[in-house]
Amino acid sequence: MLGALTFILCCQLAGELLVEASGLPVPGPVVGMVLLFAWLMLRKREDKELAATADALLRNLALLFVPAGVGVVLHLGLLGREGVAISAALIVSTLATVAVTALVMQWTLRGEGGGKGETGASADGEGGR
Amino acid sequence: MSTPLEQIWVYLSASPLAALTVTLVAYQAGFALYRRSGYHPLVNPVLIAVAIIAGLLVGGGIDYSVYFDGAQFVHFLLGPATVALAIPLYRQIERVRRSAMAIAVSLVAGSAFAAVSAVGIAGFLGASDATLASLAPKSATAPVAMGIATSLGGLPSLTAVLVILTGILGAALGPLVLDLVRVRDWRARGFAIGVAAHGIGTSRALLVNETAGAFSGLAMGLNAIATALLVPFLWRLFF
Repeated sequence: MLGALTFILCCQLAGELLVEASGLPVPGPVVGMVLLFAWLMLRKREDKELAATADALLRNLALLFVPAGVGVVLHLGLLGREGVAISAALIVSTLATVAVTALVMQWTLRGEGGGKGETGASADGEGGR
Repeated sequence: MSTPLEQIWVYLSASPLAALTVTLVAYQAGFALYRRSGYHPLVNPVLIAVAIIAGLLVGGGIDYSVYFDGAQFVHFLLGPATVALAIPLYRQIERVRRSAMAIAVSLVAGSAFAAVSAVGIAGFLGASDATLASLAPKSATAPVAMGIATSLGGLPSLTAVLVILTGILGAALGPLVLDLVRVRDWRARGFAIGVAAHGIGTSRALLVNETAGAFSGLAMGLNAIATALLVPFLWRLFF
């Protein structure tokens, strides 16, 4: 557990240093994620201790957003002023992104020809057929 | 002379204990409600916890910086958690190899579309630059999105809330949209939800279908990287 956590922190630190040195406009932890991913690809197997530590961190990932999310109290005025623009952008953009991504993926999967995917009927029981 | 209550408050606000405890209690209260609702996407535990704590701060006239002094220990773990996303991504490597082309094309299309459409709509409706920068990475998972928003001059706390709302919207209404555009392939359905609605969408997809869940998790991990690379690039192109 401790060794794995140290390794994860080392990846993050290396990521932060690389960003600092190169001026990449990418968050340090994302570079850390890419480094860890590359290391896993090189070793070609996942370390049991590392996997358990990562799973423990990710199981409660949602909790980690709470302190930052509470910071919304600092922006209540802005939310009031720009509420319409923000809501419209969130709703339209998110739903259109679902549609665009799904249609592009369906189209390219068909183009690949091979490997028929498992096709569901109308999914989720939430929508009509 | 201060009253005993004030003395207790002075003691509590000087240590991280109170803020940490409130954060954990509020989140678990939110999670209990989420479980009781049968994991309904509209009953989001993060949103409930944020509402409880924000209510306490506003009601009690407490500064956010006082709360964050304690809660930053939870916040710090976002970094290591982002690094840890490499592991579920590695587990999906076989699936990536099998449909590499379709995945790459849909990832770039979806990731770019999410950012450009959000910024375009909000900009058209007169949102400020800080809001636009906070909206741009909204479809990426929260720790990544917050980092990107910060580097573009956005407000990371606003981004956190926008990311959560995006996830809730995608998880609750995404399946209806997928039925509307008649996409039936579970791989495409899951991938689209993961690109648009990150972890909140993924947890929803996992409940519905295993293949959709796996592709959604894959899409979330890949979109964290794609957004981190694409959004700053697109931002410089337009601003």
